[in-house]
Amino acid sequence: MDSCEFSQIEQQLSPVFEQHGYEAQKLLQILLDVQEIYSFIPDEAITYIANLLSVSRVSVKAVVDFYSFLSFKSVGEYRVLFSDNITDQMLGKNELMQYFCKKMWLEPGKVSEDNLLSVDSTSCTGMCDQGPAALVNGWPLTNLDQQRLDLIAKLIRDRNPVSTWPAMLFEVKDNIYRSEILLGKPSVAGAAIKATLERGVAATLSEIEASKLRGRGGAGYSTANKWSSCRTSPGTAHYIVCNADEGEPGTFKDRVLLNSYADLVLEGMTIAAKIIGATQGFLYLRGEYRYLRRKLEEVLAQRRTAGLLGRSILGELGFDFDIEIHLGAGAYICGEESALIESLEGKSGRPRNRPPFPVTHGYLDQPTVVDNVETFACVSKIAEYDSAWFTALGTAQSSGSKILSISGDCARPGIYEYPFGVALYEIFDDCGAEDVHAVQVSGPSGTLVSCKEFRRRICFEDLPTAGALIIFNRERDILQVALNSAHFFAYESCGFCTPCRVGTQLQKKIIDKISDGYGTAYDLEELKYIGHIMRTMSHCGLGHTAANQVIDMLDKFPDAYKNKLKKLVFEPAFDLDRALEKARKITGRDDKLAHFP
Amino acid sequence: MSKNFTLDGKVISFKDGQTIMDAALTAGVYIPHLCHNPKFIPHGSCKLCIVNVNGRNMTSCTMPAGNGMVIENNTSALNDDRKALVQMLFVEGNHTCPSCEASGNCKLQATAYYLEMLSPHYTHFYPPRTVDASHPDIFLDLNRCILCELCVRASRDVDGKNIFKISGRGIGSHLVVNAESGKLGDTNFAVTDKAARVCPTGAILIKRRGYKTPIGHRIYDHKKINEIQAESDHE
Amino acid sequence: MSEDRKIKLATCSLAGCFGCHMSLLDIDEKLFPLLKKVEFDRTPFTDIKKCGSCDIGIVEGGVSNVENVHVLKEFRKHCKVLVAMGACAITGGVPSLRNNIDLWDCFQEIYLYEGGLEGSQIPNDPELPLPLDKVYPVYEVVKIDYFLPGCPPSADTIWKFLTDLIAGREPKLSYEMLHYD
Ligand SMILES: Cc1cc2nc3c(=O)[nH]c(=O)nc-3n(C[C@H](O)[C@H](O)[C@H](O)COP(=O)(O)O)c2cc1C
Ligand code: SF4
Ligand code: SF4
Ligand code: SF4
Ligand code: FES
Repeated sequence: MDSCEFSQIEQQLSPVFEQHGYEAQKLLQILLDVQEIYSFIPDEAITYIANLLSVSRVSVKAVVDFYSFLSFKSVGEYRVLFSDNITDQMLGKNELMQYFCKKMWLEPGKVSEDNLLSVDSTSCTGMCDQGPAALVNGWPLTNLDQQRLDLIAKLIRDRNPVSTWPAMLFEVKDNIYRSEILLGKPSVAGAAIKATLERGVAATLSEIEASKLRGRGGAGYSTANKWSSCRTSPGTAHYIVCNADEGEPGTFKDRVLLNSYADLVLEGMTIAAKIIGATQGFLYLRGEYRYLRRKLEEVLAQRRTAGLLGRSILGELGFDFDIEIHLGAGAYICGEESALIESLEGKSGRPRNRPPFPVTHGYLDQPTVVDNVETFACVSKIAEYDSAWFTALGTAQSSGSKILSISGDCARPGIYEYPFGVALYEIFDDCGAEDVHAVQVSGPSGTLVSCKEFRRRICFEDLPTAGALIIFNRERDILQVALNSAHFFAYESCGFCTPCRVGTQLQKKIIDKISDGYGTAYDLEELKYIGHIMRTMSHCGLGHTAANQVIDMLDKFPDAYKNKLKKLVFEPAFDLDRALEKARKITGRDDKLAHFP
Repeated sequence: MSKNFTLDGKVISFKDGQTIMDAALTAGVYIPHLCHNPKFIPHGSCKLCIVNVNGRNMTSCTMPAGNGMVIENNTSALNDDRKALVQMLFVEGNHTCPSCEASGNCKLQATAYYLEMLSPHYTHFYPPRTVDASHPDIFLDLNRCILCELCVRASRDVDGKNIFKISGRGIGSHLVVNAESGKLGDTNFAVTDKAARVCPTGAILIKRRGYKTPIGHRIYDHKKINEIQAESDHE
Repeated sequence: MSEDRKIKLATCSLAGCFGCHMSLLDIDEKLFPLLKKVEFDRTPFTDIKKCGSCDIGIVEGGVSNVENVHVLKEFRKHCKVLVAMGACAITGGVPSLRNNIDLWDCFQEIYLYEGGLEGSQIPNDPELPLPLDKVYPVYEVVKIDYFLPGCPPSADTIWKFLTDLIAGREPKLSYEMLHYD
């Protein structure tokens, strides 16, 4: 791009500021729009934004540098990012990406010379039941195959704007195969709020407590306890945040809830607002789900018109609450609640020190409730019906139902709602999974389960899950599962603390070494110890769980790596022959002494 | 009523609001630490100061002390894990102690001595990092930066200048300087700033001072870091 | 270890400056009692070119080129116990300062800009050991049993280390003996 174009930067960016305002918290939202306009963040824009928001230039740059959907250099008029989850790989992602790059005469990670296109991988985009998937300029592409890529190649070469591409390329299906209390009987918008007002705030909170509802985002903390402490925490304002970051690879149930059950979720947030006394709510939507934004805005508008959001909700004086959508920008760590809050404030998503917890010091240091999308949906249903209706399903410590996102080797990948307590083998029958060898429960941060454990049950007492369930049949290479997760964590570590920042890199190097056929028994011990360090010394859940797949593979799937190991006790940490490649090139030598055998 | 906890069996009293680290340092007990300096807001990133509280690992520089806590600190298991963290910091950057002006006065090195580190153990990253000599009085050698953010905090909270910031993500995290050119020489950084004297390593060095103290007279030549209490900021 | 058989010791310098070896010689008069128990195999002090079967091998210097790799592997193969001595062996040390300079720039600087004896050309004689892309510590190439840090480790440190090792004790260095510079 010509630098003269930037003389108009003020003019070009004025609509962006008009939309978002001039608060420092809006920085990330502003940067996302700037990235869309220029396909990068020009230096001139950084200066301009810093001045308008009264922050330093480095603060702006640090944010650009943190999020993977923002960049200092152009990513081309078209940026195609292939989703890199293990499910995408199982469906041929690597081969397809290679095919596409070859077709476009392009290397992955590079921008074409005419600035037309760049192609790269990105962490799971949440389309595992309809992959291989990708994003083009932020819009999701599903069910990719060579034919579709041929079409996309043509569209790009002809410089057709993405908005004019055939809709079928962007089709995202819900694929709901099994429903219970959440996805089954539809609710009338406003019914749950009405029930809350009739019952009273304290009684509703008691009802939630009696329902024994636990957070659906993974950790399973008691929702009623969280809300009670937030409610009683002093502050100038209280905030409600819906965590729709859904970054855990293999999880896509929040996408379906937001697409088809948005009212249920927003209603849960509104009830929460009434209970803790919040007037402002945020829906933190992962950048990958940006395409849902318009639809969600429409639902929000409808709810305002219907008196379900805004001032005096359902005519109750003083019941004021509204919800704003905030977009993420490609960072898994922003699903962690304190990192999410940092991101909401417009900063890099680094987890805070805890205590203090968000319930006392959250958004802008005020008491804040952060809950998963599904948790809010549950609250709506509990408020509309009652706790007994909810606890009728599930187990002693896990009441109600759980929505699973099932993908991998099965005939019907998609969304399945089960009562808590369902056993894995029961699930296989429903989704048409045969010859199952392993299951990854709750994504890379979860558990890798072997066939000896298929009687285990989905519930907090046994196998807790945020919702992901990936099935591997006997043909699958479990080492690839561990490798995929090691690469994921090395890429997504926020870099704040030593054990995770360095440990995830070391773990990746060693798994790569084993996969390349140079691993030894020594390397396995190294992996175990690095895993121990990450688990016990890290700052947040990302580091605590970053070794899970690797350790589970070592413990439960010896066949996955045993025959890959060298018999020797020790092998160099790097490829000696490759280390000579540069000198061979420079000297033009290729004799025997210029190689290692 | 005074509140207290036990640290490796020793009873230590604390005041409300104190962290485990605060109380321990006040009582003269050393807990290894690199990103902590009692004069600044705790940061909690290096994780050297992790202690075991009633069976659970906790970051002592940020964790408020609690009445009746039973804390393990100086155990061989914890010190082994801490050594692994120090080794990670060594391989992550480029630490060539023999050619470093901070050698002998460096807290990273001294902590490694304290933990009896004989080698960095892990594979070296040898990352390409920059040296910024643009400032008339100060070197900034990012090869030795361990991202402790002490300079960030000192410049922001004491000097009121906001000269430093951490940018990037994951292993790409790095220190940046608040100037359009990115150069320290183009900031109002002064040798008298607090931020010029807090770096635990040789990443921020005052020029024309190097090797002034002969070997044998440097801070950690004869005394271990736990004896020195690591509260002096290399001044 | 028994009195009658002498301990066989080999040493070598890879990408180092021989400083560690100088420090070894600095042991001075205390070297004599040590020599009663030790017999040198391949070292820069003897004229033995190939490392024979040894009890202890001591390696100075990092791994910078093909020859370093071969010598190091030879030592690992023939020495029961292999010791990495000095900062260069343990971290790459001062030679590893080249690690972030592109190899091509190094070659240009040395052979093209300055001009060698035979005019400006990059040598490609197979006799010359080819450099690796980076200088590596020895433990990234072979398994190392003991580390003796220092640049160089002092004579006292080496002496303490060796006497411990030869006496069959786990070598233990005092605080002042342990340093990286
Ligand atoms: C690395 C990491 C990523 C996370 N990602 C998400 C996420 O995408 N969605 C989510 O709801 N919770 C996520 N969590 C959990 C949140 O920190 C938090 O516990 C949750 O939002 C609380 O909501 P709940 O009580 O309703 O489950 C993540 C946690 C960690 C450590
Ligand atoms: S554990 Fe990882 S993601 Fe969490 S704070 Fe540490 S570096 Fe960041
Ligand atoms: S900063 Fe410390 S550890 Fe790093 S090279 Fe200098 S003296 Fe050694
Ligand atoms: S320059 Fe020094 S003080 Fe600043 S972050 Fe790096 S190591 Fe810490
Ligand atoms: S000193 Fe506590 S984490 Fe660094």
